[in-house]
Amino acid sequence: MKMLMSVLAIIALGLTIVPSILVFNGTIELDLHKKLMTAGTFLWFVAAPIWFRKEKV
Amino acid sequence: MAKTLKQQLAEVNEYEREPIPASALKSSGSFIGMYAGEHTAGTEYVIGPLFVAHGVGAADLVGGLLVGNFLAVLSWAFLCAPIATKVRLTLYYQLEKICGINLTRIYNLVNGLMFCFLAGSMIAVSATAIGIPFNFPMPKLTDMYPTSIGWVLTVFAVGTVITLVAILGYERIARFANVAAPWMIGVFLASALAVLPELGVTSPGDFWGVAKSVIWTGIPLEGQDKFTFWHVMFFAWFCNMAMHIGMADMSILRYAKKWTHGFTSASGMFVGHFLAWMASGILYAVYLQKNTGEFAPGPVSFYAAGFAGAACVVIAGWTTANPTIYRAGLAIQAMMPKTTTWKVTLVVGLVTTIAACFPALVMRLLDFVALYGLILMPMGAIIFADFYLAKRIGFLPDYAWRAGTEFNIAAALTWTLTLAFCLGLNMFAGVEIFFLGLPGWFVAIILYVALSKSLQRKILTEAAV
Repeated sequence: MKMLMSVLAIIALGLTIVPSILVFNGTIELDLHKKLMTAGTFLWFVAAPIWFRKEKV
Repeated sequence: MAKTLKQQLAEVNEYEREPIPASALKSSGSFIGMYAGEHTAGTEYVIGPLFVAHGVGAADLVGGLLVGNFLAVLSWAFLCAPIATKVRLTLYYQLEKICGINLTRIYNLVNGLMFCFLAGSMIAVSATAIGIPFNFPMPKLTDMYPTSIGWVLTVFAVGTVITLVAILGYERIARFANVAAPWMIGVFLASALAVLPELGVTSPGDFWGVAKSVIWTGIPLEGQDKFTFWHVMFFAWFCNMAMHIGMADMSILRYAKKWTHGFTSASGMFVGHFLAWMASGILYAVYLQKNTGEFAPGPVSFYAAGFAGAACVVIAGWTTANPTIYRAGLAIQAMMPKTTTWKVTLVVGLVTTIAACFPALVMRLLDFVALYGLILMPMGAIIFADFYLAKRIGFLPDYAWRAGTEFNIAAALTWTLTLAFCLGLNMFAGVEIFFLGLPGWFVAIILYVALSKSLQRKILTEAAV
């Protein structure tokens, strides 16, 4: 579960950052970048809390 | 079985009046996340644009931030962390041992109020994002008082949620900041990168030319003072003066396993106070081209990054306001040790929220942050002198505790005379507030050593007679 969430969280960070690079080099428009960032945000806050959760001893 | 809220609140133990036990110590990872989250904050959305408004040149900005942030990290690592990990007490309890309960009460009141105002500015920043759907007028650079009912209601909604999170204690604050920090940093950088083409930057080679001619032009906006390299350097060094030189982060770094964890502050300085300040300056430069007159981070970030941008402004405000309200709660709780932390934090949150209604907190943030560090700095100098110089020079460390006094006159005189000296430099020599901290620290050290030597000797001699 934790492994899956770590992968999803990294994908979420990618969705947050990579679209801006694509806007910068003219590959996509600002509107699409905003939508992809929104998707990345939701995914981050679903996956990251589980990824960051410490195992109970 | 789930615990009731009352049981949970009763169990919140922050070791206010005892050294941190070994079992509660935290590794460097906790501090990297905390510092990165705390200093990639709502205020970063204000400070970067204020540098643009004050006409900082591009080279002055980059050079000033690099040097100033480096000095800030050294201040955490070599001044605050070694003492914090040696005594492992809160700033407030350490002060009580040196200054006596009554002087510490005065300090705590001042400190608590300062923290309230600082957290208030972050609540205000978050409110500019929460308010976007409600379409009420956002504050402008010249606004000092609440601008509408919608603004006040939004600030109260944000303040209530932040206070409730702060009440639940350090663990939850640190966990929330740790989770949000990587995403926030990503949003800050991505927002700025995405709008660079609107400023004329279409390849990395264009950036420096546009930075000098469009973003950090060296020309202040109308009605704003001109800032130089020295303003930027000293601001970057001293904007957290209360935390490092002023020793407020003893309350946080007392949880560190080693003093070297003080270097983890670099995550906050070079991500938050370098990259994020530059990113928010870029966003503001784009917004300036639209000439709306508003100075509101929420709409600026929403323009560049949509929902994620607005959410980042809200969360960036939360992750800084939470530990700040927590610190304010500790500061005032130390005045009333019999009152539970959560009740004090609730009152602190209310005061903070009322302060946040005034846009002046945001528009004059640079001056306020400098003043806040300066006022609290002399007590940090006293702790430094007490820890390192007392035995070497020949006066009693932890004087109030040893002598059984509730008011250390040497410390009180040091605090007030240092601030009087700084005020004099400002009024009669025209030295700006950003530059007063450095001479003030040396004056505070000299005063405390000299006053302790003379007053302690007199008191001890009288006691012997």
